[in-house]
Amino acid sequence: MTAKVLLVDDEVDFTDALAARMEARGLEVEAASSGPKALEMIQQRHYDVIVLDLQMPEMDGIETLKRMLAYNKDLQVLMLTGHGSVKQGVEAVKNGAVDFIEKPAEIEELMGKIEEAQQTSIQLLEQNLDKKISDIYKKRGW
Amino acid sequence: MNNPANMLDENLRPKDGNDRIPPPYRRLWRFSVLFTLVTAIVPLAVMTAIKYYQDQEAIRTESRFTVSRIVSNTKRTLEYIIEERHSVLALMVGSRSYTELSSDESLEAILRNLNASFGGFVDLGIIDADGNQIYYVGPYDLENKNYKDQAWFHEVVLRGAYVSDVFMGHRNLPHFVIAFRHEKGNDGYFILRATIDMELLNKQIYTLHLDRYTDAFIINQNRVLQTASAFHGAVLDTVDVTLPTHSRDVEVIDQYEMDNLWVTRGYVFVEKTPFVFMVIRKQPLHFGSWLVQRSDLIWFLFVSVSLILAAVLYSHHRMIRYLRQADMRRAKLLHNVEYTNKMATIGRMAAGVAHEINNPLAIINEKAGLLKDVAGHAADYPDKEKTVGIADVILQSVERCSRVTHRLLGFARRMDVRKEPIELEQLVREVVGFQRSEASHRSIEVEFHIQRTPPPVISDRGQLQQVFLNIINNAFAAVADNGHIDIAISQPTPADVAVSVSDNGKGISHHDLEHIFEPFFSTKGEFGTGLGLSITRDIVRRLGGTIDVESELGKGTRFIVTLPVKEQE
Repeated sequence: MTAKVLLVDDEVDFTDALAARMEARGLEVEAASSGPKALEMIQQRHYDVIVLDLQMPEMDGIETLKRMLAYNKDLQVLMLTGHGSVKQGVEAVKNGAVDFIEKPAEIEELMGKIEEAQQTSIQLLEQNLDKKISDIYKKRGW
Repeated sequence: MNNPANMLDENLRPKDGNDRIPPPYRRLWRFSVLFTLVTAIVPLAVMTAIKYYQDQEAIRTESRFTVSRIVSNTKRTLEYIIEERHSVLALMVGSRSYTELSSDESLEAILRNLNASFGGFVDLGIIDADGNQIYYVGPYDLENKNYKDQAWFHEVVLRGAYVSDVFMGHRNLPHFVIAFRHEKGNDGYFILRATIDMELLNKQIYTLHLDRYTDAFIINQNRVLQTASAFHGAVLDTVDVTLPTHSRDVEVIDQYEMDNLWVTRGYVFVEKTPFVFMVIRKQPLHFGSWLVQRSDLIWFLFVSVSLILAAVLYSHHRMIRYLRQADMRRAKLLHNVEYTNKMATIGRMAAGVAHEINNPLAIINEKAGLLKDVAGHAADYPDKEKTVGIADVILQSVERCSRVTHRLLGFARRMDVRKEPIELEQLVREVVGFQRSEASHRSIEVEFHIQRTPPPVISDRGQLQQVFLNIINNAFAAVADNGHIDIAISQPTPADVAVSVSDNGKGISHHDLEHIFEPFFSTKGEFGTGLGLSITRDIVRRLGGTIDVESELGKGTRFIVTLPVKEQE
């Protein structure tokens, strides 16, 4: 199953290249150039994994993360941090991010983490689905 | 590094390792001590001197007074004795008629009576106006002797009275003569002449009971001694003393003489006689009470000056030491503040640069990665291998750039220190483990030397790892293939553990060694950031330790990191 990934970063050159590489590795990738845009996009459709840059103008990564999780707490968000920003990475994880990766990132490492996140996402979806189905069963009295 | 704090620091630091006071403080000390001593001792010395001269003056006054008293009392006695002889003779003669006197027998009776009542008369004679001694009683054969041509005769005739100088007379004893003119009514005059034993006057001098420093004697105007003198000789000796000018009052002169003598001379002219009564007091300066007073004064001065000196030296020593310590503390503080400011500025700058570079670096990384992907996955890409190769080089360069920004950020970051007990040996071995593949690849031998396992240090693991990673990386960079690295862990003092990392590499020049811990100093050219050792030192300092380096060109380099066993406050 093809994982659907949303890349959020204000550097279009970066997202373009990374998206192309991820697509070459079999992912379905869309990009957003700011936090508000990304928030709009996650309301349009479901993404298995969101790769979110920490430093962005307008709305920074942590703020965007909080709003995304407020919208859907099951979202799998991977944070991209600058080098040495372990503290910020940790803060992001505390705020609900799945993990963080330092920029410039090794593509294979990123792919690995995306895959893990996708697995979790799928599991969560299945659980949710099971739950929904059982809810429906209960309502119908089956 | 030419800021005032450092210059001050330089001046404060003891030179040549010994703990001598540096020049600025020595000058201050010298000035202050001298000034205080002068202001304290000068008034004291002046007071002592005044006291000294007052004492001297008191003794001098006392001496003058004593001499003056002796002279005036004795003068009165001497005048009285001579006057008494004069009066009694006048009475004897006046109460009798010339006829009654005009026989040796009656004269003899008078002499007897006189000696019985007053004493001191040796002979008596009556001399007529022509100078003939017509009557005489006494031990000499002087009857009919003519005195007309003698000076004293003329003086008596002229002035009415005369007292002679002393001469050696009967039984070779000193005598003197008194004579006076007696009017016989309208029938001219005669002269009564009497020789008087000098013992009469001598007795007055003996009874003064003078001490051995004092001499009293009678001298005539020709400087011939009329009585014996303790200082100047026997009767009739001519004495070499300057005879003072004539004075009816007592005169006292004092002066120093050789041999530390304080000489007081008193004299007076005895009226109507040729006699001058003199008292000479030669008082040695180490005499009696003065000596005691003077030595008291000297002791007082000595003890006072010693006390002042001790107090001034001690207080100034304390003050200067305190001042110096305060200055040193201040200089150190300034130095620290300056260093901290400098580091903070560099840190902010480094962080800014790192962040700014990081984003474009991420783009380059992805573009190059994409290029590699595109070229690598396409089946018919022209110059496929060459393109992939170029992309790889770009990716490697990005990685290197990324390491630089990583270090810059590490430098800028002031991470919270987390303390835990750490076995240094284990930690260093782990760090060396990171280099295992390079070590085996380049045949570099790493040897541990641990005599006795030191206690664990309370420190931050992550930061210590960075410290030793930097140092061991440097050692690996310094040695050639087949090189050797020695790591020794020891406990130089109970409070410290030291780790030394020695390599047998190319060494560091003396000039470079001075700057090795400065930020942005690198000998690796474009391959180094120049931040590694600066960060390392910064971390070690923050952990309460020290880092030292020793190196010799061609022989190798040794880094020594000393860490406190216990946590620093």
